[in-house]
Amino acid sequence: MEVPILKQGEVLIATFQAALSDADLEHLRRGLVQQVVKFRSRGVIVDVTAMDVMDSFASRTLREIAHMIRLRGAETVIVGIQPEVAFAMVQLGLTLEDVATALDLEEGLAYLIEKFKNID
Amino acid sequence: MICWECAGTQAICWVELEAVRRKENRLMSRQMSNPGGELVRSEAPSELLRELVAHLRQNRTQLREEWVVRITETRLLTAMTKEEIFAEATSVYDSYVEALETEAFEALQAYARNLSERIIPRGVETHEVVGIVLLLRDVLARSLFAKYQTDFKKLNRILDAYEPAANRIANTVAVGFVQERERVIRQQQEAIRELSTPVLQVRERLLILPIIGVIDPQRARQLTEQLLRGIRANRAKVVVIDITGVAAMDVTVANHLVQTVEASRLLGARVIVTGLSAEIAQTLVTIGVDLGKMNTVGDLQGGIEQAERLLGYKVVTLAETR
Repeated sequence: MEVPILKQGEVLIATFQAALSDADLEHLRRGLVQQVVKFRSRGVIVDVTAMDVMDSFASRTLREIAHMIRLRGAETVIVGIQPEVAFAMVQLGLTLEDVATALDLEEGLAYLIEKFKNID
Repeated sequence: MICWECAGTQAICWVELEAVRRKENRLMSRQMSNPGGELVRSEAPSELLRELVAHLRQNRTQLREEWVVRITETRLLTAMTKEEIFAEATSVYDSYVEALETEAFEALQAYARNLSERIIPRGVETHEVVGIVLLLRDVLARSLFAKYQTDFKKLNRILDAYEPAANRIANTVAVGFVQERERVIRQQQEAIRELSTPVLQVRERLLILPIIGVIDPQRARQLTEQLLRGIRANRAKVVVIDITGVAAMDVTVANHLVQTVEASRLLGARVIVTGLSAEIAQTLVTIGVDLGKMNTVGDLQGGIEQAERLLGYKVVTLAETR
């Protein structure tokens, strides 16, 4: 199942609806990295609220997405990681270093807006 | 034969008695194979039990008193007064005889549980409860001996009926007591566990988690769970974990603490750890914590001040505003 990417002002929002296959994740990465330049977005939010399992491939892909998008000149924030998922990830050593995280979509948006303000 | 357990200190010991009975049984079976000898099992076990119960009912007062004297002599149930022991002894005696008669152990089981509930808080130990039941068994068996000493075969049959039932009773009471005890312990552990992990909100979006006492891996896991849930429920952005009350932690728990900090970050909350003791600092350095990930402040006050700064609060006295 593909992940829809929504444009909301200067921000792109990708919301995971269900567990994703590796191919879906790759597709998402390609889509986000392309569209962030196409729409001249300044921020990307990846909402993983619906994910109840985060394996190493998914977490590595998320990290790659964040780093690639930074190289394309925008900020990424991962939102909605569930408490159980967060602790399981940490135990597996998947800590998403250098990637911004926030509690939910609202917090993520607030984080990006704050960030834009600092840049302006 | 002398029993290795009581080493001959008891006048009639169960182990020694068993040996005697076995010898007698062998004699009897030899008689059976001998066509000249005769062995007739005249009464069914239930009849024997009825006879036994009648005997125990008849001598109720005397046997019960003897039992209480034996309890006091052996210094069991020291936590209870003499009157209490007597009262309990009466009801235990009656339930005991009733269980022998009906061979239904539910009532006795319920009574044992009820008794345990009452006496556990007063510090009565398992060995005392088992001890008094075994004493009663002993007292009753002695009275059976006294009654049937002239007729050894009958005594043998009576004991055949009495012993399994008595064993089951002792077993039921002991198991009931231990189960009750375990239930109390479980309940207390749960209570302690719940008390030991308060996640408190001190300001909008600021949580504190004061940890006091020893942290074992189980408690650590629970702390993490509570904290991560708390972050979500209170939409916290900053968390202050105060470990002033923790003297030391082992490597496992220290690692767990670091993982908790990282997991909180994944939920979008920053963690400030305060009140690290010298020992814990040593442990953290030994396991090679990435200090870039761990935000530490000397004491709780400092931690809360920093958290307020992070959240954009500024605390000023009224005098300063004037």
